[in-house]
Amino acid sequence: MLSRYVLRRLILAVPMLLGITLVLFIMYNLVQVDPLVMIVGERAMDKPEIVAAATARWGLDRPVWEQYLRYVVNMLGGDFGNSFQTKRPVLTDIIQFLPATVELAMSSLLFATVLGIPLGILAGIKHRSIFDRIVWFVSLINASLPPFWTGLIFLTIFYFNLGIAPGPGRLDPRMTSPERITGLYTVDTILQGNIPAFANALHHLMLPTLILGGFTLALVIRVTRAAIIDEMRRDYIRTARGKGMSERRVVIQHALRNVLIPLVTILGLAFAGLLSGAVMTETVFDWPGLGQYLVKAAVALDYPAIQGGTLLIAVIYIVVNMTVDILYGVIDPRVRYD
Amino acid sequence: MTEVTSLSAPVRDIPLRKVKPNLSTRLLKHARKYPSMWVGMAVLAIFLFIIVFADQIAQQSPLAQDLTLRLKPPSAAHWFGTDELGRDIFSRVIHGAQVSLPASFVVVIVGVAIGSFLGALAGFTGGFLDDAIMRIADVTLAFPSIVLALAISAFLGPSLRNAIIAACIVLWPEYARLMRSQVLVIRSYDYVTAARSLGMRELTILLRHVLPNSWTPLIIKAALDVGGIILLVSALSFLGLGITPPTAEWGAMIALGRTKFYQWWLATFPGLAILAVIMACNLLSEGLRNWLDPNY
Repeated sequence: MLSRYVLRRLILAVPMLLGITLVLFIMYNLVQVDPLVMIVGERAMDKPEIVAAATARWGLDRPVWEQYLRYVVNMLGGDFGNSFQTKRPVLTDIIQFLPATVELAMSSLLFATVLGIPLGILAGIKHRSIFDRIVWFVSLINASLPPFWTGLIFLTIFYFNLGIAPGPGRLDPRMTSPERITGLYTVDTILQGNIPAFANALHHLMLPTLILGGFTLALVIRVTRAAIIDEMRRDYIRTARGKGMSERRVVIQHALRNVLIPLVTILGLAFAGLLSGAVMTETVFDWPGLGQYLVKAAVALDYPAIQGGTLLIAVIYIVVNMTVDILYGVIDPRVRYD
Repeated sequence: MTEVTSLSAPVRDIPLRKVKPNLSTRLLKHARKYPSMWVGMAVLAIFLFIIVFADQIAQQSPLAQDLTLRLKPPSAAHWFGTDELGRDIFSRVIHGAQVSLPASFVVVIVGVAIGSFLGALAGFTGGFLDDAIMRIADVTLAFPSIVLALAISAFLGPSLRNAIIAACIVLWPEYARLMRSQVLVIRSYDYVTAARSLGMRELTILLRHVLPNSWTPLIIKAALDVGGIILLVSALSFLGLGITPPTAEWGAMIALGRTKFYQWWLATFPGLAILAVIMACNLLSEGLRNWLDPNY
């Protein structure tokens, strides 16, 4: 049953992915620039053999629908063209920049859930108390802060004025980055037994995590709080209390389990928020991730890089949402896969 | 029976309809019940006032440069300090409201109009049109909003108009989805079946029974999105892909303070303006939901 459901979801994702490539293809064709220049770069335009090769490979002398087909086939093979800026294949760039984003997103998600779930539960149990109001107000502010601005303000206060946080980047400039194993600095430094570098990488993660995780934190708190308030009114809670169970056990053993269900569903949403947020946070903290790569590409009109990066983020987004849907059924046995 | 008539007799003298309290009393009662909505509206009203009377509130021009007054900290003459071209930041923050808020309103109005029209169409007709519209919406929603807006702005080129177009493209599918689900739910209600059994035409049912009852979640979302779009547009401008200099725009102003830690006032004040507007929209939306959505 489950495997059939997974298969069906995978098949449904195919037209979705085709749609995404179509959107990108249309955007690509709307630009008033010769696609040839975009592919080979301006300097190679006077070299007829390069121009001919590119024309043939991307089918530029063919009708539009065939161009689109080739475009999709090329992308399926991982060929997004070469970045104008780095002069390397876009895929190589993405593989290099992705781990930094993953590391930041993971630590933000960790921060948001570890802090958000207990706070949400407490606020929900003590519904309408002073504590509830404070949590509400803090998460309201949190949800209203523009991340690029908060990042700057935090850097000014904690790095520039107080000196307790490191500056932008993933490591201090004097540190050499660890040899690449996973690309996650915190993991790689541990694997190589380089404790000072690990501490430094963790320290550098601190501020961006606070900024990026802050928004997710507000979301997690809000959903947990609402779910707890909802659950605590149910009959089974009254029964548990009625048989003399301690309030702590009522919450942890009964209510919390049911609260996890709506929480998992928002994880997909939260992840999307993290990807969007990464674009801004990485720019402010000079974090060499996919978000910053995309912004630099957009500012420099590096079309192949914009396309590749955007496509990849959309694919990640779809995969995460699909995983969340599947997880939902694993956690809640009442969900039927049909 | 006699008992009933004897009971109802004295009642007739008492006015059966309660005297309606006057408007201000009712508003005050409403404000006490839904404070967040009124705080949000008050802040937005202040910003509306600022937009209309920007030139009177900030006497200095937002564009006038004075290179002898570069990067001066806040003072009596320049409340929020000056930027690197000696422009008055207070005036630029005030005039920035004239850019961000109207742009956001335009985007939300266009987004709601297109989205709810297509969503209602999809939900009401079903079949091929439904599939076509919703698949386009799905594809658009597959991109995180800032990423799609970034790509569109990059392809179209940085300008206020293109930032607005990008934001509209990002926004409409959310309303289409919301409106469609609303229409599907309301269509299944008994009063719609009743209307249909009376021989009412489908279009009349849609216009007279379904649409008037489906607005609530859209309004709540729209209030929230006015803030969200301000954030999106200012983020684009911050990155250099939205509104271009020398226009006074909050996001672009924050970008000028990016590398200047000594001159904290460059980024602080426009950021506070963004924070205030978004918070007001969040409050308004929350209050509207408490008021309009009895299930919440």
